[in-house]
Amino acid sequence: MIPEIGHFALIMALMLSVAQSVLPLWGAHRGDARLMATASPLAFAGLVAVGVGFGALIWSFVVNDTTVMNVVQNSHSAKPLIYKITGTWGNHEGSMVLWVLTLAICAAAVAGFGRDLPSGLKSRVLAVMGMISLGFLAFTLFTSNPFDRVWPPPPDGQGLNPLLQDIGLAIHPPLLYVGYVGYAVTFAFAVAALIEGRVDAAWGRWVRPWSLAAWAFLTMGIAIGSWWAYYELGWGGFWFWDPVENASLLPWLVGAALLHSAIVVEKREALKVWTVLLALLAFALSLLGTFLVRSGVLNSVHSFASDPARGVFILGLLAVYVAGAFALFAWRAPAMAPQGVFSPLSREGGIVLNNLLLCSIAAVVFVGTLYPLFLDLLTGQMISVGPPFYNMATAPLAFPLVVAMAMGPLMAWKRAAFWPVLQRLWWAACIALLAFILALVLGGWNALPALGFACGFWLLAGAVVDIGDRSGLGRTKLANVFNRARHLPRAAWGAAIAHAGMGVTILGISGMGLATERLIALPAGGTTQFAGYEWRLDGVRDFQGPNWTSRKASITVMRDGQVLHVMEPSRRFFPVGRMTTTEAAIRTNLARDLYAVLGEERDGPTGQREAVLRLHHKPLAPWIWIGAGIMALGAGLSLSDRRVRIAAPNRRRREAEEAARAGATA
Amino acid sequence: MSTATSRRNLLIFAPLGVALAGGTGFYLMLRGLQDGSFNPRGVPSVLIGRTVPEFSLPPLESSGLPTLASADLLNLPGPVVVNFWASWCVPCIIEHPHLMALHRRGVPVYGVNYKDRANDAQAFLTRHGNPYTRLGMDQPGRVAIDWGVYGVPETYILDRQGVVRWRWAGPITPELMSQDVNPLLDRLRA
Repeated sequence: MIPEIGHFALIMALMLSVAQSVLPLWGAHRGDARLMATASPLAFAGLVAVGVGFGALIWSFVVNDTTVMNVVQNSHSAKPLIYKITGTWGNHEGSMVLWVLTLAICAAAVAGFGRDLPSGLKSRVLAVMGMISLGFLAFTLFTSNPFDRVWPPPPDGQGLNPLLQDIGLAIHPPLLYVGYVGYAVTFAFAVAALIEGRVDAAWGRWVRPWSLAAWAFLTMGIAIGSWWAYYELGWGGFWFWDPVENASLLPWLVGAALLHSAIVVEKREALKVWTVLLALLAFALSLLGTFLVRSGVLNSVHSFASDPARGVFILGLLAVYVAGAFALFAWRAPAMAPQGVFSPLSREGGIVLNNLLLCSIAAVVFVGTLYPLFLDLLTGQMISVGPPFYNMATAPLAFPLVVAMAMGPLMAWKRAAFWPVLQRLWWAACIALLAFILALVLGGWNALPALGFACGFWLLAGAVVDIGDRSGLGRTKLANVFNRARHLPRAAWGAAIAHAGMGVTILGISGMGLATERLIALPAGGTTQFAGYEWRLDGVRDFQGPNWTSRKASITVMRDGQVLHVMEPSRRFFPVGRMTTTEAAIRTNLARDLYAVLGEERDGPTGQREAVLRLHHKPLAPWIWIGAGIMALGAGLSLSDRRVRIAAPNRRRREAEEAARAGATA
Repeated sequence: MSTATSRRNLLIFAPLGVALAGGTGFYLMLRGLQDGSFNPRGVPSVLIGRTVPEFSLPPLESSGLPTLASADLLNLPGPVVVNFWASWCVPCIIEHPHLMALHRRGVPVYGVNYKDRANDAQAFLTRHGNPYTRLGMDQPGRVAIDWGVYGVPETYILDRQGVVRWRWAGPITPELMSQDVNPLLDRLRA
């Protein structure tokens, strides 16, 4: 019964989204206030309907209702409750419902918080969101119904895949979805602006918080995914340039460009057409990621239930939304006259440079991800584009980006001078140079990691200079400085913290560049010296898990005769599915990670049983994810800024402004 | 000025153009995925399009089935299915009903028993039923290496001339039966 209610609720949501995509749009076109007023209630009702549907699905998983196909395939009565719940979105069908639910929450948020939005813009935004919701609800109901029944019900579900019973994997997809869906909101704003043929400061003020929020969630989602790959896949890497990873990186890069250029629209009413294009692109790339992951055209280690028939449906949705929006863009964008002139050397100029570099990196990743697919399609040739390409192609773009990142916030709007900026940054440059030399000497003359350290410290120092400069450091008394720093707008703090977070992540990545590893075969009791530690293999024993058996090694790590850690890497074998997974053992003290992986066991030359161990010493590794957390924190802080919370100015003031502007141009 | 404007107008169409070209490409890929002409999971077996390497295997005495050798895979009356399996392999039990179904429909299914004990293999056949018309015992796993077998179960389809047309590493599923196996067998029989 409950699954039927859920199914029915989703159908209701589909009907509501039809109404939501038609009525407000028609109302805005006709100037009919009553029709426009339907937008918000429809958005709220849609949220309730999708919420009921999602609740029904969770309920089916929690009670392990084996008459529901989705539960049978993805759940099991013996699963812990938390993984029954997270299993709801750990599969294709459920994740689509979660996607639609997130979209409904965002639409309701626009409806609820958008009381100050001009009613025409608001109804158009909600109508576009209704159209997106319509497409994805139709996709869910027609090709991937999560409530399909199975009769007779099997005694229990089949889904006890322990790889998926992992907290990282449970929270990673929802975070990514919130990010993707956040870009649906900015997309809706961009389309509404194109329909209206007008982009102004109020529009920028609305787009910026949404792009910030989406970006913050995407940052966390990507970071957690990368962390999962680090500790679970046992390769010791944190980023593999896997097509599925790239698919999430693309909207992140373009989204980062968007949240910067939206500032320019808000403050200076410049870069309008470009910002609208970025908003369209960010969502288009999010959809592209969804398509690539779920249609099966990609060859990736992250396999998802892929099905070409579903792929055709998603491609159809992509065609409608993306091609439709771009066609609208081609038609309407020329009408948007650029305003707010600025010299190339200015805050705006800096942001344009940031946008160009970020988009170039995105273009490199885009080409690297899709080129093999299209080559295979056109010539039948199989190639794979690997990390060397990405590292080579993105590093020369990332370096100037980082250099400019510390300088941009110090530049004045409209017209800036180079010299004062350099003057304020000279000691940051000194720190960076010092870091470079130190890293070069201590890190064994590795130029690239040393350059990374320089970049990281440059950004950290640059963030300090930024805050110091804004609070008048060096120009006024120290007590005054602290007082002013405390009362700086949160957006200023947010920007500085996010930039510093990037610096921390770069330090972590550079530390990884100095990582060392050793592959060694040890008998029980054997020891080895590696990375300044003494590693002793105490033994390897059998271990029985709930549905797997494993070989577990016990390694004692000592320094100067003192035991620091006991590490227990293991290899698990799952008889169902015949899968072997490696469980790496990781010990961290925040300055470095020790990482041990158990390999094969074999008979050594002396006839003794030996275990092959892979030992890694990874300086600063945890900083990669800490930095990402700091970036997200900075974005969150910026979101809590009072100027964002009161969002758009009230309508009367806006109209007055508009009248004044019309008078000025006339 | 007018060239600048027209260039700008042209640029504004660029996103649409890229999106349309990309969309067309993706559509072709999906079509290719469905009819099998496009496969991004690029681990094609080296055997596809070739005849199998030479081998001959001992029989499973207790089953009374004729054994299997490469000579048995040439000049056949119709397509055959070659299945690598073992009694210790759980997915083999999962795919077993599909092999039985093929056997009942008169498709010859040849088995290669991989790294297994004769008693266990016989017990498996007695318990789950025997879908094989020929069965060879590959205890050392040499033939599996020559074929490039990833692991059991693994299944090949050979045409009349003994040329490998299809290979699947992993258990056969109902979707695979309806999408790949049955259409291919029909085509090869025609």
